[in-house]
Amino acid sequence: MATASTTQERAAELNVLSRKQRSLWGDALYRLMRNKAAVGGLIVIASAFLVAIFAPVLAPYDPIAIPLNPSTQMEPLWTGSKYTDPRYLLGTDFLGRDIISRLIFASRISMVVGFIPTFIVFGLGVSIGMSAGFFGGWLDQLLMRFTDIIYAFPDFLFLLIIVASFRASGFGKVLDGLMLIFVAIAIVGWVGVARLTRGQVLALKEREFVEAARSVGATSGRIMAKHLLPNALAPLIVTAAFAVPSAILGEATLSFLGVGIIPPTPSWGQMINEGFPLFSSNPWAVLMPAICISVVMLAFTFVGDGLRDALDPRMKT
Amino acid sequence: MIPTLFFVSLITFGLAKAAPGSPFDKNPDKPARQATIDRWNAYYGLDKPVHEQYIQYMGNVLRFDFGTSVRRNRPVSEIIASGFPITAQLGMQALILALAVALPLGVISALRQNTMVDYGSLFFATVGTTIPSFVMAIFFIYIFGLGLKLFPITGWGTPQHMVMPTVILALGAAAFLARITRASMLEAIRQDYVRTARSKGLREQVVIVGHVLKNAMIPVATVVGPAAAGLITGSFIIETFFSVPGIGREYVTSILALDYPVIMATTLLYAFFIIVANLSVDLVYGMLDPRIKVAK
Repeated sequence: MATASTTQERAAELNVLSRKQRSLWGDALYRLMRNKAAVGGLIVIASAFLVAIFAPVLAPYDPIAIPLNPSTQMEPLWTGSKYTDPRYLLGTDFLGRDIISRLIFASRISMVVGFIPTFIVFGLGVSIGMSAGFFGGWLDQLLMRFTDIIYAFPDFLFLLIIVASFRASGFGKVLDGLMLIFVAIAIVGWVGVARLTRGQVLALKEREFVEAARSVGATSGRIMAKHLLPNALAPLIVTAAFAVPSAILGEATLSFLGVGIIPPTPSWGQMINEGFPLFSSNPWAVLMPAICISVVMLAFTFVGDGLRDALDPRMKT
Repeated sequence: MIPTLFFVSLITFGLAKAAPGSPFDKNPDKPARQATIDRWNAYYGLDKPVHEQYIQYMGNVLRFDFGTSVRRNRPVSEIIASGFPITAQLGMQALILALAVALPLGVISALRQNTMVDYGSLFFATVGTTIPSFVMAIFFIYIFGLGLKLFPITGWGTPQHMVMPTVILALGAAAFLARITRASMLEAIRQDYVRTARSKGLREQVVIVGHVLKNAMIPVATVVGPAAAGLITGSFIIETFFSVPGIGREYVTSILALDYPVIMATTLLYAFFIIVANLSVDLVYGMLDPRIKVAK
């Protein structure tokens, strides 16, 4: 690089150096925070987390216990019908349980089911995809054949078959069925992540910086962890951001079909399932969890879109 | 394709057999006598070892014999024959509706980028791809079924019955396709050949239709396959929700009842259509864009 010749140019260069440095990630964060929809989404998600954590404090009634003398199911106060009760703002469900309390406790399921399988999926997918892409050989062959098969299964079909098959076993009852849902989502999801990571690694491993690292004697493990992973991270983070709402959707759909969370533990999908037979007489018992699912799903989508635009402006659709 | 279908059948069979419980213990109030269960097991061939059952089953499948439904005591091929036309009709209607909405919407919002039309269609695309179909169905039923009483809530047969399932099934695909159409139009508008076309004085309509649209449709054509696959998957939630007597609903009930022959046949059928949808994409891509050669 040519050295600056005149004093002005040297001053300009100094000025550049004294400017506050921003890393690539700092830049991305800055762009994310300027995206109003994404910030709104983050606020909704943070509130949902707080609600989930403080559910026992926030919920006015027990979400599970059936009241001693349950009256007919109550409608929300604002409907002004004669079936309202000032103690129950959003009314009660078909067993007389307070709907607000059930919605609050159900947020726990959605938050947990969104994040824990995503961690498993990424742990598995990234490590397998990275080794397959980096080392090639039989592992790579096996992975590619396997993904071909899994891709022929529609995701949700596969999820449904796994959950329906093991629902009646002992494992299917651990944590009210949550454990089985975690494992099933992980089994269905890791393949896509592995394939994505593999593709990234295949493109990156021929680049000069990897060659340079190898030429100074870096081990394979170090190259993968220090050089390949950080460079492959941006699309993986975006995928993870969308994996969370799709896991939440998976649980909600399974519970809606009646094979998800085991009652009486409330989950939004299951509240829809339970309320649906009486939809025409008390629609709010179904509409409320439906609104909760919609809001949370939209929040995650806004954050995912924001992350995608922030991490790689070229990926913008 | 054949090896993939083979493994799909193997995995499904394995999972269905690994499931605890049997199709004959679904009524806890009236447990069947052991002798009766044994006779049923022998009748359906469930008393043999699993690998023999599998080999026998696959042998029958090759002769297009898909066995008998345990739950309904009807040949599986009969169940599929009665449900398939309904599911196919629902799916085709939804796909046509989705394309009819998505293409104009995507094109217009790309031509009017950053206007209210554009923001409106982007919002539609985000909501349509994000809100799950059964949740959307709840809102639709509340507004159009219970509130305005425009359409019947469940069932199938008359055109009125078809409106809500078709619209909701189409919504997700329409949102997805509109998004792709818009992105691909914006990409095409920026190309050099469009600038060339404008600079040689062609009328704006000719530029848009002849140069932009033609090239922008290539990526869109390639995602119609995955969109159709999405419709196939979406159909069994929608069919279950609206009590549409297609194979989607049959599939869900058979999984819940562990009715192996129906599960196997419908899974294979679904997998077959998804593989065909994805394969056709590769072929169509090669035809539309000579720069791409079909690999393998």
